[in-house]
Amino acid sequence: MDEAKTIKSPQGSALKDEIIKRTNGDALKCFNCGTCTASCPVMRINSKYNPRRIVRMLILGLDLPDEGVIWMCSTCHTCHERCPQGVNLPEVMNVLKNIAVEKGRIHPSFKKQIELLEKQGRLYEIGDFDNKKRVKAGLPEIHAHNKNIKKIFKSTGVDKLVESLETKNEQ
Amino acid sequence: MSSKYALFLGCTIPVRAVNYEMSVRKVAKALDITLVDLDFECCGLPVKSVNHEAYLMTAAANLAMAEKEGLNVCTLCSACTAVLTEVNKKMKENPAFREHINAKLKDTGLKYNGSVEVKHFARILHENINKIKGQIKKPLNNLKIAPHYGCHYLKPSEIYEFENPEDPKSLDELIEATGAHAVNYTAKNKCCGGAVLGIDENIALTMSKEKLDSVKESGADAITLICPFCSVMYDVNQKKISTTFNVEYNIPVVYYPQLLGLAMGFAPDELGFNMNRVKTDKLLEKLK
Repeated sequence: MDEAKTIKSPQGSALKDEIIKRTNGDALKCFNCGTCTASCPVMRINSKYNPRRIVRMLILGLDLPDEGVIWMCSTCHTCHERCPQGVNLPEVMNVLKNIAVEKGRIHPSFKKQIELLEKQGRLYEIGDFDNKKRVKAGLPEIHAHNKNIKKIFKSTGVDKLVESLETKNEQ
Repeated sequence: MSSKYALFLGCTIPVRAVNYEMSVRKVAKALDITLVDLDFECCGLPVKSVNHEAYLMTAAANLAMAEKEGLNVCTLCSACTAVLTEVNKKMKENPAFREHINAKLKDTGLKYNGSVEVKHFARILHENINKIKGQIKKPLNNLKIAPHYGCHYLKPSEIYEFENPEDPKSLDELIEATGAHAVNYTAKNKCCGGAVLGIDENIALTMSKEKLDSVKESGADAITLICPFCSVMYDVNQKKISTTFNVEYNIPVVYYPQLLGLAMGFAPDELGFNMNRVKTDKLLEKLK
C-alpha cells in the first residue's frame, strides 16, 4: 500500500466523524444496498471506483486502500438520483477531495486548474488570437478578470494551500 | 417572464465553442431574448473539489454581479448551470448561510441577497417553445436527431425541480419543434465522461464511445447537445475515439441553437457550422 496515497484516520474514527459532519449526516444514511455502484458509469469501466465500497469503508472507520479513487467520480449524479436514501455521493467524494487537499494531496489536474483560475479568473486564457477569432465571428471581445477569485483564494487560504502543494504533490 | 438576461459564458465557450456562442446570440436576438455581457469569472466548479467554502464564495460572487445589474442569469454550459443553481438555492433558502457567505465576501465588495434566477438557455428556449414554432422558416423534416441531455442540465434534480432525469423530454420537444425527428436510443441518458477526462482518459473516452456506438446504431444523422464539455467529448474527441477503439463514426455533433438556427432560416456560416470538428456537409446537404 502506498503511504502517500492513503487517507489515514489515526484517531480511529476521526475521518468518519469528519465526513459525517461535512455531509450533514448524509453519508451515515447509507444502508449499503449498492444501487450507486450498479448505476455508476465509471464503475462499469474501471471497478477500482466503487462508491458503495468507499462509503461503507468510511462509515466503518477504515482507511481507503487507494485514495486516488476519490478523483474518479464523473459527477453524473445518477447514483444520487437513484439512491433510496438520497445520499449525495458526488458530494461525499467532494468532501473526501477537500480533506485530501487539506492534507497536502491533490490530483495534478485540479492543481493546474486552481493555478489558472488564480492567474486569469478562468480556465482558458483569452489572448489576442482568440479575440481576433471572436470579432471575426461577430462576437464581442472578452477579457480575463480574476479580481474576485484572487481575493477569495486569498481570504480562504486556497492560494497558499496550492502553493504549498507544489512540494507536497505526490500523485 | 423577463426576456433580458446576463449571459454567463463560462470558461470553455468563448474559446472552444465559438460556434455555440454564435448560434446562441443569433437565435436569442431573433426571439427577442436580450443577453447582456458582464465581467463574470469562473463559475467555481474546479474549486469545489479543493475547498468547499471558496467554491461557494466564487459562485455567490458571480450571482451578486448579476443581481447588481438587476438581471437573471442565462447559462450555456451545463456544469456552470449546476454550480450556480446549487449555490443560488442555498443562498435563497438559508438566510444564516447567506449572511455567512456575504460576510466572507466582504473583501470583494459584493453582496448577494438572493434575488436572481439561473436558467440554462435550453430551458429558456423550452419555455418559449410556442414562439419558436411560429418562427420556423425551413423545417428540418428530413433529419433524425439524437438528443444528448448531459448530466448537469438535469441533475441533481433536487436543485432544478424541472424534469425527470430518468425520462427527460425538453430537448426532444425542442428538436421536434424544428421539424426534425428526435431519435430514441439506448444510451440516451448516459454521461459523456468529460469530468474525468483529466483524471483518467481511458474511462472518459470509453464512456463517450458507449454513447457514440448507441447513436450509430440508432441511425441518427447527428447528435444534438447543449453543453460545451459534452461537445468536447463527442465532437473534438470523436476522431481519437475512432482511432483508439478502431470504430468508424463520422457522426456530426451539433449544438441545439445551431440546429434551431438552421430551421429559423440562418445560413450555416452564421451559426458557426464551419467550426464543428466532425464535418456537417452531409447533414446540411440533406436539407437542400
